[in-house]
Amino acid sequence: MRQEAFKKGIHDGIPIGLGYFAVAFTFGIMGISNGLSIWQVTLISLTNLTSAGQFAGLGIIAAGGSYAEIAISQLIINLRYCLMSFSIAQKMDRRYPWFHRFFVAFGVTDEIFGISAAAPGRLSPYYSYGAMCMAIPGWTLGTFAGAFTGGLLPSFIMNALSVAIYGMFLAVVIPPAKKEKPVFAVVLAAMALGTLFTFAPLLSEISSGFRIIIITVLVAGIAAAVHPIEENPEKEKEAA
Amino acid sequence: MDRNYIYGAIAVMAGVTYLIRMLPLVLSRKEITSRFVKSFLYYVPYACLAGMTFPAILLAPGNIICGCAGFAAALIAAYYENSLLKVAVCACAAVFVVERLMVFMSLL
Repeated sequence: MRQEAFKKGIHDGIPIGLGYFAVAFTFGIMGISNGLSIWQVTLISLTNLTSAGQFAGLGIIAAGGSYAEIAISQLIINLRYCLMSFSIAQKMDRRYPWFHRFFVAFGVTDEIFGISAAAPGRLSPYYSYGAMCMAIPGWTLGTFAGAFTGGLLPSFIMNALSVAIYGMFLAVVIPPAKKEKPVFAVVLAAMALGTLFTFAPLLSEISSGFRIIIITVLVAGIAAAVHPIEENPEKEKEAA
Repeated sequence: MDRNYIYGAIAVMAGVTYLIRMLPLVLSRKEITSRFVKSFLYYVPYACLAGMTFPAILLAPGNIICGCAGFAAALIAAYYENSLLKVAVCACAAVFVVERLMVFMSLL
């Protein structure tokens, strides 16, 4: 049964690992161009396993920001994992010992959460381990490959690759924005504020880490107050 | 750059990120009940990702016209609900093509 869950995790994790490799490649390139060594940027990917947080953290490190700034930015940007971990905690198969949760936790990413939530029945930790066996090497080796070859690539290739991570972010944001008006408003407001903070005098002095914290807390907070999400009994049943 | 600072920063990033993932899994036996907190957490990824993407995507390739092309291509590909990888490839391809085109035209 363990083997079966593990195999299924590997199977479902293959596309995730491939996608991670491609996006991490550009992260590796960015790490090098921000003054980190190949080893350092690869270590970030191996120990963090998250796109948006690493990407923001890299910007703060490059700017020489304080550890407090780094910690707060990671907390805010990665707060969504908190919700996902709550949800996975409900779905975990309780027949397995508790210590598994310490390891499963490391692999809570948007995509692994996605396939875990979609998998029928209780969640075996071995399913998570299978998916992590694809996702972690994909993300780490992709970063290494990008960092290693990045300096050798001609600038027009680097320029083209520089938008890959943003393309991925848009792929996450746009489909729900199309279907849900509040999400559409959140996306639009965050982009408008992003523009304001990038170009407006004084506001543009704020570091990129705090900029993203302010935008996220402000926009998500207002949206939650103005348009709280529907309590969905169906979804809760599914998670329970 | 100072190596100790960088390794310290990586440790802070990894530690905070792991704790966020680990604590709810290990400690929680109940679901979050506050509707506001649930809603806030629901909107967080969209606000954060959108705020990080725009206008940064326009400026990333070093040429604003290329940036606009990449943004437009990603928007269209994402609107038709392509996979993360496909959307990212579309954005890169658009930047590549427009930049090559601009180089070609300036040669004429």
